[in-house]
Amino acid sequence: MSETLHAVSVEVNGKPRSAQVPARLSLVDWLREDLFLTGTHIGCEHGICGACSVMLDGEPVRACLMYAVQAHGHRVTTVEGLAKPDGSMSVLQDSFCETHGLQCGYCTPGMLIASQGLLNSNPNPTEAQIRDAIGGNLCRCTGYQQIVEAVQLAAEKLKK
Amino acid sequence: MKAAPFEYIRAASVAEACELLRRHGDGAKLLAGGQSLVPMMAMRLVRPAWLIDINEIAALKLVSVEKDAVRTGACTRQCLVERDDALAAKVPLLAQALSWVGHVQTRNRGTIGGSLAHADPCAELPLVAQVLGARMLLRSGSGTRTLEAEKFFSGPMATSARPDECLEEIHWPAWSWRRTGSAFTEISVRHGDFAMVAAAAQVAIDGAGRCVRAAFGLGGAGGTPLAFPKIAARLVGTRLDDAAVKDAAHAAATETEPGSDLHASAEYRRHLAGVLAARALREARERARTR
Repeated sequence: MSETLHAVSVEVNGKPRSAQVPARLSLVDWLREDLFLTGTHIGCEHGICGACSVMLDGEPVRACLMYAVQAHGHRVTTVEGLAKPDGSMSVLQDSFCETHGLQCGYCTPGMLIASQGLLNSNPNPTEAQIRDAIGGNLCRCTGYQQIVEAVQLAAEKLKK
Repeated sequence: MKAAPFEYIRAASVAEACELLRRHGDGAKLLAGGQSLVPMMAMRLVRPAWLIDINEIAALKLVSVEKDAVRTGACTRQCLVERDDALAAKVPLLAQALSWVGHVQTRNRGTIGGSLAHADPCAELPLVAQVLGARMLLRSGSGTRTLEAEKFFSGPMATSARPDECLEEIHWPAWSWRRTGSAFTEISVRHGDFAMVAAAAQVAIDGAGRCVRAAFGLGGAGGTPLAFPKIAARLVGTRLDDAAVKDAAHAAATETEPGSDLHASAEYRRHLAGVLAARALREARERARTR
């Protein structure tokens, strides 16, 4: 059967992107498979693991729990959009490297989006606030401790 | 693509959403924040023929703090309510409950009305609605009607809203006593997971420390969120000492008929119901005393 296609215009990482999409195409599938922004990962595809987190109008959301058609007229920032304009790593991304805040890397894009979202609204988070902010993101490698340290280190560096 | 195919339409107004519901009947579902519906569609537990997106209807995103109540639109995002200090001062139980709802990412997208309409018996917002006696304004093509929470929740994942009705607004009553305190607590495997059992309480006391009004309830302990107005009424006139609170909590737990699953047996849930109801009542009492 042929499905109805819907026109979407979305600002993705600062660039206008337009497409025709079937309604049931999730935002994360559109980002990865049509825009080739494969930095955003897909884990559970039903809103449990947080690997697919992106920012919608500046706030972290799960990209598997939105259809691409719903992003029409909105701004999306993926992990690719966190890097500096010259492509080098952001302060937060560097901090993840320094503290060994990742091992296999599967959860990392979601962790980065969740913790950048926290730092944007709260530049001086407590450890409890960091743990709360990444509470919706599963990591099976690190035990979370180094991720918390990465966010603490980034907050310190950003204060200077 | 995981969901079964559906036709999608973005409603521009509540009237248009109601007209679409009337036209497509049982085959249509309203899409609010999608934090419950989209996973259910991904697992094909739900396969609507029509999905009516109400996220772009500005009129459904209202937050209005009034003298004796707070009104929220059905599509108001949970994160906005969580961050609203004026709202939290008026109906603190709502803000307290929200910190237990999912995670940052789901609260950024999830809506107040979506959680109520989904009517999960262990969800936090339906429990708050039940305890406070929130009123739901439902609109259809033929007009509006208001249902109290008690009448709105009809069973597990079921409400009394007709298929042609759209939840438009929720009216959360505020208590006028100065010394009012409330509390929300729950037990789950990890914070943010579905509650095994949740408890919410609100009490008001006079200058002498006597209870003038009490309300409390339990989630995850039956097919709908439960409130216990008759047991709560017995607390009025007491000093809400630990023994009175424990008696009330125990009486409520005895009335519950929780189910068993992988995470907890019915017996354990009933035990939690008594413990958590007492804990919520004590915390609410302490907050009332310091007001």
